[in-house]
Amino acid sequence: MCLGVPGRVISIDGTDALVDFFGVRRHVRLDIVDEPVGPGDYVLNHVGFAIRRISEEDAQATLALFDSILQGDDALDLMRADVEAEIAATRGGGS
Amino acid sequence: VTELLGVEALRFRDVERGKGLTTKLAQRVNALNRKVSLMHVCGSHEQSIARFGLRASFPRALDVIMGPGCPVCVTDVPEVDEGVSLALAGVRIATYGDMVRVPGTSKSLADARAEGAKVDVVYSVAQAVELARGTNEEVVFFATGFETTAVTTAAAIVAGVPKNFSVLSAHKYIPPVMEIVAEMPETRVEGFLAAGHAAAITGWGVFEPFVARHGIPVVVAGFEPLDVLAGLVRLVELIAERRVAVENLYPRCVTRDGNKPAQAMLARVFRPMGGRWRGIAHVPNGNLRLRDEFAHVDARRRFKIDASRLWDFAPPGLAQHCRCGDIMAGIASPADCKLFGKECSPESPVGACMVSSEGTCRIWKQYGGHPSLGDAV
Repeated sequence: MCLGVPGRVISIDGTDALVDFFGVRRHVRLDIVDEPVGPGDYVLNHVGFAIRRISEEDAQATLALFDSILQGDDALDLMRADVEAEIAATRGGGS
Repeated sequence: VTELLGVEALRFRDVERGKGLTTKLAQRVNALNRKVSLMHVCGSHEQSIARFGLRASFPRALDVIMGPGCPVCVTDVPEVDEGVSLALAGVRIATYGDMVRVPGTSKSLADARAEGAKVDVVYSVAQAVELARGTNEEVVFFATGFETTAVTTAAAIVAGVPKNFSVLSAHKYIPPVMEIVAEMPETRVEGFLAAGHAAAITGWGVFEPFVARHGIPVVVAGFEPLDVLAGLVRLVELIAERRVAVENLYPRCVTRDGNKPAQAMLARVFRPMGGRWRGIAHVPNGNLRLRDEFAHVDARRRFKIDASRLWDFAPPGLAQHCRCGDIMAGIASPADCKLFGKECSPESPVGACMVSSEGTCRIWKQYGGHPSLGDAV
């Protein structure tokens, strides 16, 4: 029930939108979406209601966040972490 | 169009980024030099962890527990009994599919249907309203789900429903139950992964008072494997730095303030009330009930619901060994339950956790029974 799925708006009739979800078309209500939605926009769907408009920039921002978490690694850090883990395992009786 | 969206989704399953994040997670956990337990409160997070085999990549010192994040599982027995009683009294019940097989004291809605009751599965409250429009019969929408789902029920009511439509609300509100879990003496949880879609409504700011009170960090994360991995990495980092904060790793869907019109809709239609969550505890402000202004669509006021006849047939035995409550509280895993996979299976569930596609036991059974390879070796 919590599986919010994103889809692309095809057309709108009042508070009812026809939305394409990976090739499956369904009607989605727009009563509670937080900003105006038009054809071509992406929306997050939850049990037949759009709960948020998703912009391309927002999707990009999340990917950038993942990359920033991955940055700052260098080989030394990796090695040190491995060695520390080894030592920790030995101290813990190898369990 | 469809391809583009497909590519979008795939980017959040990118293998290289995933490998990087699993390595990072191992480093961060190993650097802590001790065991660490994190909890998520969302069936969709567990789905992602199980479906993509993420547990197998977790370091052994990391325990990721699924908390009370399955709305169907925490719907309490008396609430199911109310629905079953109405159905047996001849009222047409519309509800989400997972609810139909959840056991009440002695019967589920599926049992009632087998005895001739009218029980319809709907995908959305909008569908239940349509069902009522097409008939003269009384239709009761048995409404389950957390705040994100409750908002849709509220919106349907505000938009206008036919006279023969009413709502039996078993909606629940997540933030109060996090307090309960954090305060359980047995709990070892040091950080929470909060569900992105609930936060899309409430905003991540809703977790700030919780974090301040309990000194436990919260990271809001989405449901793709990379979302989950990145969220776990950040949580461990916050724990290592002893930084008590809320962080939002799901900016594509979640803002600090959330969806204001939706919050207003929720507050207008529902009021928070204390009540039991199945297997967990009495949760202050954990239940959402219709306000007086909407008494005319409240099934509890429209019908006299008497569930007492169900109590005479309460089956002894199996249910008393069910450990759904401990599992949802993070004290036990499905592997600790002696019924798991034996007397209790998706085909003949004993507890609600084995019924719902978002239940821990059901997910573990579906993806191999014991998806934590860390424990198996």
